[in-house]
Amino acid sequence: MAERYSSFTPGGTGWFLQRVTAAFLVVVLAFHFFLLHFVNHAYEVSFMGTQARMENIGYFLTMVLFLVTAAFHGVNGVYNALVNQGLEGTQKKVVLAVLTIAGVGLVAQGTYVALTMSGMI
Amino acid sequence: MSQSYNRGLIEDFGRWKEFSAGMWAWIFHKFTGWMLIGYLFTHIAVLSTSISAAGESTDVIEAQNDIYSTTLQGLEGLFLIRLLEIGLLAVAVFHILNGLRLLMVDLGIGLESQDKSFYASLVLTGAITVASVPTFLTGVGI
Repeated sequence: MAERYSSFTPGGTGWFLQRVTAAFLVVVLAFHFFLLHFVNHAYEVSFMGTQARMENIGYFLTMVLFLVTAAFHGVNGVYNALVNQGLEGTQKKVVLAVLTIAGVGLVAQGTYVALTMSGMI
Repeated sequence: MSQSYNRGLIEDFGRWKEFSAGMWAWIFHKFTGWMLIGYLFTHIAVLSTSISAAGESTDVIEAQNDIYSTTLQGLEGLFLIRLLEIGLLAVAVFHILNGLRLLMVDLGIGLESQDKSFYASLVLTGAITVASVPTFLTGVGI
């Protein structure tokens, strides 16, 4: 069998979650682009229009889940790309900590933004 | 009997002339992934104008004079932003299509055609991007 060069371990939690989020993101990212560029147009986006969409609880929850999965998939992807690049030891731990803080910060800010758009706060 | 080879660093970009279709797919997927996560941070930063907009009066919001509407519509009025959006679409479409290809590879489906499916991802990305140009350039001047 050929050697594996990926830092992902098949069967591991990170490997599995990267693929589960990928399957979800494929659908939701395509939907997001289609809705905001082809059904509605980006140049016509207004706070009123955004509020109307985000007041729908199903749409709101989909967007928050979209944010969480995209942040995880992106940050985990960057981390594994850097590990593939040869990151080791203390540097690896520091990068993981920085990326985790950035990812959590992104989700927190994005959720706050989503709540203001939906009129919940 | 197995032999081991020292293949060096996994992603030694200096060896790009030796890369196969699968390696190019891996590198393109990584490159587009970096762009997409970078964009997500920027996207949330721009959308954060909704925090101020939510505190503005109903009249201002209905007239689309709130900070969120004026920021987004102002950006959309720039030709450069429209070009960058087309670039973002190309990056996202390739990442989606090649991502589907990777899920198939992980499931062991169509392994013998993995190079052809990479070329198909490239061609389909080009076609979808070109077909979307008129929509993305609606209502903007150079």
